[in-house]
This record gives sequence, structure tokens and C-alpha cells, in this order.
Amino acid sequence: MIMTDIIVAGIGQTSVGEHWDESLRSLAVQAIQAAIKNSGGLQPQALYVGNMLGAILSRQTHLGALLADYGGLTGIEAETVEAGGASGGAALRQGYLAVASGLVDVALVVGVEKFTDVIGPDLEAALATLTDADFESVHGLTLTAQAALLAGRYLHENHVPTDGLAGFALTAHSNGAGNKNAMFRKAIALDLYQKAEPICDPLNIFDVAPNADGAAALVLTRRELLPKDFPHPVVRLAASSIASDTLALAERSDPVWFTAAQASVEHAIQKAGIHREQVDLFEYYDAFSIFAALTLEAAGYAKRGEGWKLARDGFIALTGQLPCATLGGLKARGNPGGATGVYQAIDAVAQLRGQAGVNQITGARYALIQCLGGPASIAVTHILERLT
Amino acid sequence: MEIPRHWRLNRQRYGLIGEVCPHCEVKIFPPRDICPACGQEAKTSFAFSGRGEVFSFTKIYEAPTGFDETAPYTVALVKLEEGPLVTAQLTDLGETRPEIGMPVEMVTRKLRQDGDERGMLIYGYKFRPVVQA
Repeated sequence: MIMTDIIVAGIGQTSVGEHWDESLRSLAVQAIQAAIKNSGGLQPQALYVGNMLGAILSRQTHLGALLADYGGLTGIEAETVEAGGASGGAALRQGYLAVASGLVDVALVVGVEKFTDVIGPDLEAALATLTDADFESVHGLTLTAQAALLAGRYLHENHVPTDGLAGFALTAHSNGAGNKNAMFRKAIALDLYQKAEPICDPLNIFDVAPNADGAAALVLTRRELLPKDFPHPVVRLAASSIASDTLALAERSDPVWFTAAQASVEHAIQKAGIHREQVDLFEYYDAFSIFAALTLEAAGYAKRGEGWKLARDGFIALTGQLPCATLGGLKARGNPGGATGVYQAIDAVAQLRGQAGVNQITGARYALIQCLGGPASIAVTHILERLT
Repeated sequence: MEIPRHWRLNRQRYGLIGEVCPHCEVKIFPPRDICPACGQEAKTSFAFSGRGEVFSFTKIYEAPTGFDETAPYTVALVKLEEGPLVTAQLTDLGETRPEIGMPVEMVTRKLRQDGDERGMLIYGYKFRPVVQA
């Protein structure tokens, strides 16, 4: 039973991109130090690391001890949380649970992924470990192909034009232009999307968020423990929810519906005590454009088969009814794997504090964020609220 | 080499052996011993016919290690005539352009070469367009 508000007191991030001169640990330490400073110097008692592929891409496991040590926090509780692409969101939930339980006063959550040390077939093989080893990746399935199978069926069932998913990339790139930490900071035009070669039919390069290096960190505490001179508008975690579905896409009775995404959003909205129309912005998981379309449907913002129209019609633009990917989303910011869910929380906090610069959603009070592991095999949803 | 990891899946890879639920008669692939439809124990073996149709498909150009020599290749979700979907490559396509709804049948083919120099070959099911008599 939570008797108090859980506050996101500090945020810190590196830019997302190809950080050849930085390691997994150096990226994480930068984000950790920035988040602690941003919180007004709160001292964490526990560290939850969100990471999905460090064991393969950096040949490094045991990140709790490593990052607590290099973060100058040797001695505190520290462990890794892995939930595929949703690892960052899952680590945030662990931090939330720890602080809400009263057993931890100040929790540090860091998401980190170091992609670019490995390229080509070995990177594809590492990413394919996120699918079912015995019944998917052994057949040569990749993560992108898994999304393409979904997209192909979705376009077929719903009679969507071949450029029907373009609006997701256009929205993300337009918004990324206003985020100094984004990998791509330039808007793109529809004809660029239309001319792009398919990389995994029907998906082209603009339907797939780029994997990139990055680290992001959050400091969580209970409201009564905030420093007296806390310098920011206060943002609380109003709800936290995780749901799961089959790991293998083929084992679902209805593959083109994100059941776990629906369950976790519904649960979060109920926990926050709001209606979905009260949500001011939605940081969804657009690792692939088709995921964004299916997520908008699962979250109840579009009827089945019509999520793509929200991108086409401007519903999700900064000026629309439900701004999404407001600082570029995964597509333009870049997709730093197990860090992504933490970046989403930082984007939400920036919006709710009024610190989102030219991309600011005026008067934003409620932000919905959701990250997915695989095609919503895991869905982690949080709602953040600006307190007045 | 990871011989036992593949050896213990021989019945699935070569025979498309799944299960049938004794309670609700749903056909299950791969086997999981608990019926996903009714939640009860389901350990009765069931051999699938290997016939089905393409539910969705895509072509992979950027392939993982072990598959990069055979890229590009086509993977599909195949809807078996007994109900379940299965993930597999399409093969023997020749000039045939795959499409959703295309009838296919199971064949046994080389899936990949295992990572190390001694190169264990892993065989298993793929699906080809139905061959007419």
C-alpha cells in the first residue's frame, strides 16, 4: 500500500548516437552523475540497471557491481533488470517498487546499452537472442523481420496503402529536430519515405529505429524526502504496470493485436485514476512503425486496424490531440536498447517540468510512457504526473 | 558446438510433432505441456500434417551469423491446417512470388551451420509451395 507520492527527483542522459570513444561503463557513469546532480544531490541506496545485451555486445555481465563501483556508489544494493527492449522500463519499475515499499529511500535507475562495438551479422545474431531461440531465431528470424511479418499482415488485413505507416517516421523526425540529445535532428518529407528501398518488406529504413549507444538515469524518492530547496516542478510516478504475452509471435492466437500493451495501459490508467483523454502526451515504443500503430490501438486511441491513421492525420503531432514521440521517439532519438525506457521517462519529466524547449507541450500534466520487449512480449507502462 | 540443444528438438524439427489437448482438443505447436487455450495439462503427442498456408512473409537481407551466407531468404508465419502458426523459412520458391494465403507444405532442409569450425549442420522444417502431382 503506497502512502506517499513517488517522485522522479533527478534526470540525466548522454546523447544517443555512435559513441566510439565511450564504453558501456563510461556512458552509464555520465548519466548517473548527471541524474544525482539534477536531483539536488540525493544519495542513492540502491541501483537498478536496465540493460539487454551487455553480455553479448560488451562481453560484460554483472553490471550492478560494475556501475555502482564506477558511479562512486560502492557498497549500495545493485543489480541488473532484463526484459528485452523493455529493460529500462522494467528497471524503473523495480526502482518504483523499492521506494514505494519503504525499504529504500532513494533509488537510482540507469538504463545503458553499448551497441556499436559490434556490427553486421554478429549484431543481428545478438538482437535475435531476444526472440525464441528454439522456434524463431533458429529459422533465421531477426527482430526486424519479426516486425515486418506483423506489418505485412497488418497492411493486408486492413487494406493500408504501402506508405500508410509513413506518418510515424515523419512525426518522429520532425520532433527530433528539437532535441539536442537526439541522433537525427532533421525533419524528413513524405517523398523521401516513399522512395526508400525496403529493407525487410514491407518495412523500409524509415520504419526501423536505429540501434545506438546511450545511457539515461533517474533518481527516485518519496515526496517527503525531497531537498527543501528542490529546484524543479515536482513530477510523480502516478502508475506503474507490466504485462506479458507469448515470447514467440507465432504462438499468439491473434498476432496483430498487442494484448500486453493493452493490459498494461488499462491497468496504469486505472491506477492513476484518470481517463485516457486526460493524457497530454504519449511516449510510445516506435522501435518499428508498426509497433506504434498497434500500440495506439491497444491503448484505446484508435479502433483496430486504424492506428496508422492517427499518424497520417496529425493526431499524434506536437499540435495534435495526443502528441507522441515528442522529443523524437525511438526513430529520431535513436533506440539505445535497455536504456530506451529510461529515456522515455526523462522525455516525460522534461515535458511535465516545462523543460522541453521548442517541443514543449503547453501545460502538460499527465504523460503516458510505454516500452516493449519484442512485439509486446513484455509491455511496461508508467504514467507521470506534474503535481501542483 | 551445442549438440544436445538441437538433438532434443529432433521430433519437432524433423517431424513437426506437437501436442493435442485431451480436454479441449486444441492442437499445440511447439509442445508446451500446458494447453494455452484452456490451461489444463496437455501432454498427448500429435503429428501435424505439414500442410498450411502463408499467414505473412518477409525477405531478410541483413542476416545473423550462421545465415549470412544464404541471405537473402524468405521467412514466414505459416498457418498450419490444424490451427497453429509456425515460424519458418519458405524454400523452393523458384520464380514464385510468395503471397498471403499461398498453400505450402513442410519439407526438411538445412537451417544453418553451427558457429564453430567443425560446423555441425542443423536441419529442420521449411515450407515450399505445394507440389502438384
